[in-house]
Amino acid sequence: MKYAMLVYQSQETFDRRDDAAIAAGRAYGEALQAAGVFVGGAGLDSPQAATTVSLRDGKRRVHDGPYAETKEFLGGFGIIDVPNLDTALEWAARHPAAAHSSIEIRPLMGFYFPGGANKASQ
Amino acid sequence: MSKSSAHAAIEAVARDSYGRLIAYVASRAGDVAGAEDALSDAFAAALERWPTDGVPQKPEAWLLRVARNRMIDVTRRRQVRENYEKSFLQLADEAEELAATNEHFPDERLKLLFVCAHPAIDPAARTPLMLQTVLGIDAARIASAFLVSPAAMSQRLVRAKNKIRDAAIPFRVPEPPELEERVWFVLDGIYSAYTTGWESLTEVGSTHHALAADAIAIGRTLVQLMPSEPEARGLLALMLHCEARSAARYASNGEFVPLDQQDSALWSRPMMDEAENHLRSAAAFKRMGRYQLEAAIQSIHANRAVSGIINWPEIALLYEGLAQIAPGIGSLVGRAVAIAQAGNPAEGFAALEEIPASRVATYQPYWAARGHLLKMLNKKSEAQEAFTRAASLTDDPALRDYLFKRVSENA
Repeated sequence: MKYAMLVYQSQETFDRRDDAAIAAGRAYGEALQAAGVFVGGAGLDSPQAATTVSLRDGKRRVHDGPYAETKEFLGGFGIIDVPNLDTALEWAARHPAAAHSSIEIRPLMGFYFPGGANKASQ
Repeated sequence: MSKSSAHAAIEAVARDSYGRLIAYVASRAGDVAGAEDALSDAFAAALERWPTDGVPQKPEAWLLRVARNRMIDVTRRRQVRENYEKSFLQLADEAEELAATNEHFPDERLKLLFVCAHPAIDPAARTPLMLQTVLGIDAARIASAFLVSPAAMSQRLVRAKNKIRDAAIPFRVPEPPELEERVWFVLDGIYSAYTTGWESLTEVGSTHHALAADAIAIGRTLVQLMPSEPEARGLLALMLHCEARSAARYASNGEFVPLDQQDSALWSRPMMDEAENHLRSAAAFKRMGRYQLEAAIQSIHANRAVSGIINWPEIALLYEGLAQIAPGIGSLVGRAVAIAQAGNPAEGFAALEEIPASRVATYQPYWAARGHLLKMLNKKSEAQEAFTRAASLTDDPALRDYLFKRVSENA
């Protein structure tokens, strides 16, 4: 069963990101890999670096900034493959960001997620 | 085989084994809604076949086999999450085995209770989900007990069941240290069914009050499933002690009678005895908890039936312990009243005053207790104000009348 872990962070948390936080994130990713549950994921740059695009009436609309101006932004995501929600929650609780941010766990729709996503992109 | 005896057999299985059948199929399929559909088809098939073919030797195994076939059909038609394919096959094998041997199928109701009370489930759906899956109570009846429309309740239940399946909430009994917290969710879900039923005892015999009996039934099941969990026994003892008094809570003219003025001859002896037995067995585990303390407080009230007196200092002590592990406003108010009743009304009132005003603005028992303590302190006009406030915060007409009576007594 594959779950997305979506990390939501405030602007202040983005601004406070330092080497220690990045190292903690990397160590966490390595732990997921070592446990054999890691499918993919990454930390995201600050929402100021975001550009949003949509297609309306055949016309491409591009605007500066994230999709919605909210108090918390998507700060990173991970996809893990674990047996059930309890195991997913255990991993999410170990995420270094869990101590100050919120992590949403959502099942992937297996139907649309072929296991060979990595191969397809190679 | 006559039609009526086949029907009687089906009803008996539904009554005695429904929760176990659902729990068994759902835990293998990871899907409560699917299990319910499959079993309802199995019961429909039994209604059709048993009157002519006779009641099978092992009715549950027969039903499970039909339910299994139905689930496999559904699986084939639907995209199923990969990890459940295996458990479906396991279910199929087990159903065959059960039919062939003399063994009773495993009781998975405890896992089901933990799923219903999982923190990932909407808190408002937890208790209804337990009532529906473990006892087989229909959504319309649950809705009327919880004072919401049947459509809203059905929707709430459907959403919770979809969440169980789609998020893959596991059917398992958590391990320590998680267990302690998760047991609390289960106990809380059961107690909330009881208090929902209890609050409106005015309508004895209503669906509302039947809920109290349902909660006790689940409480008994939980004790049977977790015999060495003292808090499960504590909860059951608490509910039994309260339920024992249902005949004494209102006078024949419908007037509300407060606990310390109830006619103890009207209390149910068998229920009090059962409660005391559970409390004693719980104490043997030497692990105190919120429900055991609450039950112990009720046990002291119950003892008035024998001794004729209420040991208030002992109650104050128990509330002291309760306020430490569960500092809800209920225990803080109870503690203040017990201190006052034990002979220290000024000290009791001071304890009441320590509770932050923001927490008690709409909490009726606080205002009733405040009125009572002010009256003990001979502050009549302030007592009147407090009783008036309490009366305006209750939705129980009998209790409202009683509180207004207290207002006029202090005039």
